[in-house]
Amino acid sequence: MLVLVVDSSTPAVTAALVEISADGVTSRAHRCTVDARAHGELLAPQVDAVLADAGARPRDLGAIVAGLGPGPFTGLRVGLVTAATMGQVLGVPTYGVCSLDGIGYPAVAGEPVLAASDARRKELYWAVYDGAGQRIVGPEVSTPAVAAARARELGATIAVGDGAHRYAEALDLPVRVEPRYPEATVLAQLAAERIRAGAPSERLTPLYLRRPDAVAAIGRKPVLP
Amino acid sequence: MADEPLILGIETSCDETGVGIVRGHTLLADALASSVEEHARFGGVVPEVASRAHLEAIVPTMQRALTEAGVTLADIDAIAVTSGPGLAGALLVGVAAAKGYALAAEKPVYGVNHLAAHVAVDTLEHGPLPEPAIALLVSGGHSSLLLVDDLARGVTPLGATIDDAAGEAFDKVARLLGLPFPGGPPIDREARAGDAASIAFPRGLTAAKDLAAHRYDFSFSGLKTAVARWVEARQRAGEPVPVADVAASFQEAVCDVLTNKAIAACRAQGIETLVIGGGVAANSRLRALAEQRAEKYGIHVRVPRPKLCTDNGAMVAALGSHLVAAGVAPSRLDLPADSALPLTTVSV
Ligand SMILES: [Zn+2]
Repeated sequence: MLVLVVDSSTPAVTAALVEISADGVTSRAHRCTVDARAHGELLAPQVDAVLADAGARPRDLGAIVAGLGPGPFTGLRVGLVTAATMGQVLGVPTYGVCSLDGIGYPAVAGEPVLAASDARRKELYWAVYDGAGQRIVGPEVSTPAVAAARARELGATIAVGDGAHRYAEALDLPVRVEPRYPEATVLAQLAAERIRAGAPSERLTPLYLRRPDAVAAIGRKPVLP
Repeated sequence: MADEPLILGIETSCDETGVGIVRGHTLLADALASSVEEHARFGGVVPEVASRAHLEAIVPTMQRALTEAGVTLADIDAIAVTSGPGLAGALLVGVAAAKGYALAAEKPVYGVNHLAAHVAVDTLEHGPLPEPAIALLVSGGHSSLLLVDDLARGVTPLGATIDDAAGEAFDKVARLLGLPFPGGPPIDREARAGDAASIAFPRGLTAAKDLAAHRYDFSFSGLKTAVARWVEARQRAGEPVPVADVAASFQEAVCDVLTNKAIAACRAQGIETLVIGGGVAANSRLRALAEQRAEKYGIHVRVPRPKLCTDNGAMVAALGSHLVAAGVAPSRLDLPADSALPLTTVSV
């Protein structure tokens, strides 16, 4: 079955097509651009491009997988709204996967690992995975120091992800070079069981982890100076 | 009219998630989900709250619109979406949604200007708009006076607020008077029992010295402060605040300036059509005063019904329909959400 994967939870905007069969997940086409400020511009043309690359039409899709974040609010929603609206038109199910799993799961090699992405405001979105790639804590948002302390408690010996690169010093853990951003094929793998079983379509709710800043855009100035 | 194009419009520039469907100038569906209640306790729209609400509302609102119109996305000829101006994060959800729908249904997408859409919506009620026309757009986010020479290709800004939007002034004065948010409807209601001539509130940018540089601009900040001072003086003196009189006098000051400048623009340009749009166009006094003043000069005032004046998807569909009919090329799939989209850009 041809499946579209999108993720816009990090500065990397990703669209990919994968083929999910009874025995595996194969990549058919893949586009990824790293630009934290242009998620809205980049994603749709990339979806269009991967379809063209694979010689497929939207109606050939059997399911859509989207990274749920966590990620800085604005860009994250682009991937989720794209997946949800396309799923609605095509009448195909949509499935969500924690985006950090697309970094942490492929990074483990027997030892626990801390996967982290940049949460801005000098914080990280992070999760810890055991030696088999299972997420044991997270996703959470905190300062690098707090994330590092928790990761060490859980026996993590290595950190991975864009956030780990950015805050390598504060984390004080060796950083694995790849993957830096969520891997589309891995996101598809983590949803493959649900897809094969024909599980019900899921509502794509972002993993925000933070409450909105309750500052009104208008009407915030006091009436009297 | 079954051969006229079937156009879908998506609006998410502020706190309303709107999906409208039109065929030519005929409105088929106008579905709306609002997050206004979530913003009420903040006294204004909170951008992140609005963006989250748009993401949750877009799919069900689309479903309601399609059901209401009795069509499917496969029947649609083109999708129009507000690409600006507005709240950046809120616009982004609508633009990404429009692209998702356009991609999956393999339809063209038009990114359009929110303000031009406020003008275009009137065609759903009163038919094709004579051009040129003058448009007065007043809401919580904008207060603009425009020359509409060609709604499909370009609109010329004549003036705008230099501080608060008209609707913002209504919200703030409502808060001063202990009335709910948004402030427009409760002030309109209170004002009916009040004396509009009882308090002489200032009319911003109407003095001769201001008119030279700001002939068609507006200013409501001084008015809002004057109301605050007046109310405060009463309270300090331990006297009751005559809410109806304050509401009526404040509303009169706003409507006086808006209609005066709009009529002046029509007369200066020799234009006989004035369109009024935006949430504040739902104000009963603004409508009455505009008509009363326009009549004297043979100017025809067009104001759509209140539900079409506030932000909605139908206005975006109406502009999209106008663009398709005029043969304007669709936007590219990399079209951005532009929170500061200039008025001179009708479609991107
Ligand atoms: Zn508006």
